[in-house]
Amino acid sequence: MIWQALMLQGGYNSVLVSLGAALLGAAAGAAGAFLTLRRRALMSDAMAHATLPGIGLAFLAMVSLGGDGRFLPGLMLGAALTAGAGLWAVQRLARQMHEDAATGAVLASFYGAGIVILTLIQGLGTGRPAGLESVLLGSTAGMLRADALVIGFGGLAVSLALWALRRPLAMVAFDPLHASMMGVNPRRMDAALMALVLAVVLVGLNVTGLILIVALLVTPAVTARMWSTTVTGTATLSALIGAACGYVGAAISASVPDLPTGPVIVLLAAGVFALTLLIRGHRDG
Amino acid sequence: MQAGGDAGHRCALQVQGLTLRYNDVLALDGATARFPTGSMTAIIGPNGAGKSTFLKSVLGLVEAEGAVSAFGGPVAQAMPRIAYVPQRAAVDWSFPVRVIDVVLMGCYRKTGLLGRIDRRMTAHAMAALARVGMQDFARRQIGALSGGQQQRVFLARALAQGADLFLLDEPFAGVDAATESAIISVLKSLRDGGATIIAVHHDLTTVAAYFDRVVLMNRRTLAEGPVAETFTRDALAQAYGPALMLDPTGSSAV
Repeated sequence: MIWQALMLQGGYNSVLVSLGAALLGAAAGAAGAFLTLRRRALMSDAMAHATLPGIGLAFLAMVSLGGDGRFLPGLMLGAALTAGAGLWAVQRLARQMHEDAATGAVLASFYGAGIVILTLIQGLGTGRPAGLESVLLGSTAGMLRADALVIGFGGLAVSLALWALRRPLAMVAFDPLHASMMGVNPRRMDAALMALVLAVVLVGLNVTGLILIVALLVTPAVTARMWSTTVTGTATLSALIGAACGYVGAAISASVPDLPTGPVIVLLAAGVFALTLLIRGHRDG
Repeated sequence: MQAGGDAGHRCALQVQGLTLRYNDVLALDGATARFPTGSMTAIIGPNGAGKSTFLKSVLGLVEAEGAVSAFGGPVAQAMPRIAYVPQRAAVDWSFPVRVIDVVLMGCYRKTGLLGRIDRRMTAHAMAALARVGMQDFARRQIGALSGGQQQRVFLARALAQGADLFLLDEPFAGVDAATESAIISVLKSLRDGGATIIAVHHDLTTVAAYFDRVVLMNRRTLAEGPVAETFTRDALAQAYGPALMLDPTGSSAV
């Protein structure tokens, strides 16, 4: 069953889902490479957890308007709004405390609010909220074709944008003062990177889920970093690792009943990282 | 902004009343200095005198009060003509970047859309590396070099920018003798070509040999002018305090 899924024999829909997950993995790997070089990895975790209240509120809004509460673009819009609010909160709080403390406070608060809203939705018994939990840990089983296309093209768009911006992004990560002297605005590049990471988080909601997306952003990146001596090389290899993990993980998850997709993908990425540590771990830098 | 009057156009850089306060501490207290075009100036002063902060404030990388003009206009406008070499300690040496990539970052204004690099640009970067004697290290990881080699790569990045005003923050700190003489000969040839050099400098024994002007500062500028007139025992005592033991002015006055 797993073998069939891997070999593109699992039916048109599951092939589409696996390819979508591969493109998402590539986008996450590439974005994660720039994110970790800029030392903003945990910021993405806060952003991902801050999507949850937005997802709940978007579900409520769509149901109260008489629509399908699980309409993916609607959920993504709600997620984007509260994730943006979370990002703004981290940056605002970081003026008064260290950024790691601000990140932790925002992550927990927004996630707590999201869980409360989700629990309320289940109590209401409106619609079929059962599918909503899949945004936590990801579930590609029974995913719609339209959703798979959104994920695939979203991942592709993010990867292309990162490729186009790779040089100014690398300059800002390496030496922001010099970058600004060369006419590259570090604040604008950081905002662009955060927007692309947010896109990865949104596109990944149904694949890895919001809890584990940080692992798909960070693990392939640190793995690739141990093999490459350039930024472009690191980002490219990281994208390839992410794509492979996304593809295989989605295929495995689709063929084993009730197995959430996120943990499978993340375990695969951790496996590649562990293997890399064994081979390259003795080298420094 | 007319402080320099007719001298304005002959000054690569003019700084008037630069003041910066960190919380309760005055890092810069009305620092004022002029740097004539084609001169090579050492900024000297005790630790914590605000020398690095002075350079960063001049460039607008740190926001300070005061008036700064470069080549008779605002610094932001003159930025393509200015190169800055940071202190070695300010760089992340574990970053995955090769020597040639660092130098190519200095070409960003000349490259195509979003930094697209062609063969001509790579040749330009290689020529900059050759000027500091690092052409054989182009494909090395930056972290695998010695301190002196790293410093030369950053000078090559500044050269690749094609600037004619160079600001260097302690370019000789922690480098070997070969690098020190390589850097100083490049800087002198730049100056002889009409460029203006400003370096934060620590080693008082080499001031007279390397530089033609000196700015003495301790949060404010205490003295400025040609080395022969300004680099005196009295001025040094005023900047560093009377505890300064050796007399570097005497040993290298020739």
